[in-house]
Amino acid sequence: MCVLCGVLLSEHWAEQEGGRRGRVFRVRLLNRVLAFYGLRLDDWSGRVWTLRDAKGRSVVVADLGSLWIEAERLAGRPLDPLDPELVAAL
Amino acid sequence: MKTPVTLVTGFLGSGKTTLVARLLAHPELRDTAVIVNELGEVGIDHHLLSRVDERTVLLGNGCVCCALRGDLADELRDLVARRDRGEVPAFRRVVVETTGLADPAPIVYTLLSEPLVKHHYRLDGVVATVDAQHGLRQYESVKQAAAADRLVVTKTDLADPGPLIERLQRLNPGAALVKSSFGDVEPSALLDGDERDPRELAYDDSPAHAHEVRAVCLTLDGPIDWTAFGIWLTMLLQARGEDVLRVKGLLNVGAEGPLLINGVQHVVHPPEHLPAWPDDDRRSRVVFIGRGFGRDDLERSLAAFDAAARA
Repeated sequence: MCVLCGVLLSEHWAEQEGGRRGRVFRVRLLNRVLAFYGLRLDDWSGRVWTLRDAKGRSVVVADLGSLWIEAERLAGRPLDPLDPELVAAL
Repeated sequence: MKTPVTLVTGFLGSGKTTLVARLLAHPELRDTAVIVNELGEVGIDHHLLSRVDERTVLLGNGCVCCALRGDLADELRDLVARRDRGEVPAFRRVVVETTGLADPAPIVYTLLSEPLVKHHYRLDGVVATVDAQHGLRQYESVKQAAAADRLVVTKTDLADPGPLIERLQRLNPGAALVKSSFGDVEPSALLDGDERDPRELAYDDSPAHAHEVRAVCLTLDGPIDWTAFGIWLTMLLQARGEDVLRVKGLLNVGAEGPLLINGVQHVVHPPEHLPAWPDDDRRSRVVFIGRGFGRDDLERSLAAFDAAARA
């Protein structure tokens, strides 16, 4: 796994700020993006997240890096932030 | 204090070893340990030289750029242990010379993520040699030049370096550029050189040729939401990791000083809060080196993520 996934690092680089409130805010913002792909993220015990699709499939993810890998797998297509349709939806 | 590590990379025959050999001849680099992957035709005569066999450990289902270089981690740990036991001279710097085909990202990853290595060492900079005769020959050499903080154009006695310098400035305008023949470079130009301020650099915003790797610079007037930026960048690197070779810049996240962002392919340094801005200009500026996207694509997308965070 790469640094995107935070493996071998104590904390993912993009999650080093904000503490507990930051974590709640991050989930809310991620759900704005993930909703475009029919996915939903929930915090689980303040340590990991669960990611679900509309069919009820779910997976536990540890941080932002693994989130995008799993989200791509569940959505069955690349999640490209430069996609004009996503940009318009936000 | 962490020991600085300078990574010297460059394509086959581009003059890495000549450069390293000449650098080590300078008295101020006497206390330097050198790690090489191959002993080439150019001999390095140095009292603290080790050779390692390139050994890349792929982690889980990870991508190649973020693999751990086990050989390098082992050698760096061993060097510290031997230094502590007094078995080797007390080196104060390490120079790692990579093979010509080496991808710099796994080496950066190793230095940032391997627990003992990151405890004892810090990556001081990446130096890439590109020879004026052959230029950027393959995608490997483009990756190496994109990862560089300092570029050395070698063999300037054999070919006019002008066209190559022009290409390199389009590819990686943030890197300091030095010309060299037979490795004649002052150590200070490669080891202690100041960063170039992205605001003073010229970026070419004309449409890129298909598959051309080049730099674009985002400039953002107001503060950016850090959570939105983190989400956006991790998503971008997952979606377009193969095409984003470098990310570097200063972010205004509304704090007193800027946040320094530096990444090579997927490998991102832990962001660093700087105590203050260099001057009154507090605009964020982030340089992306890659292909398949333009400045407008990045700006529109990042602005949408930032607006979503403020909604």
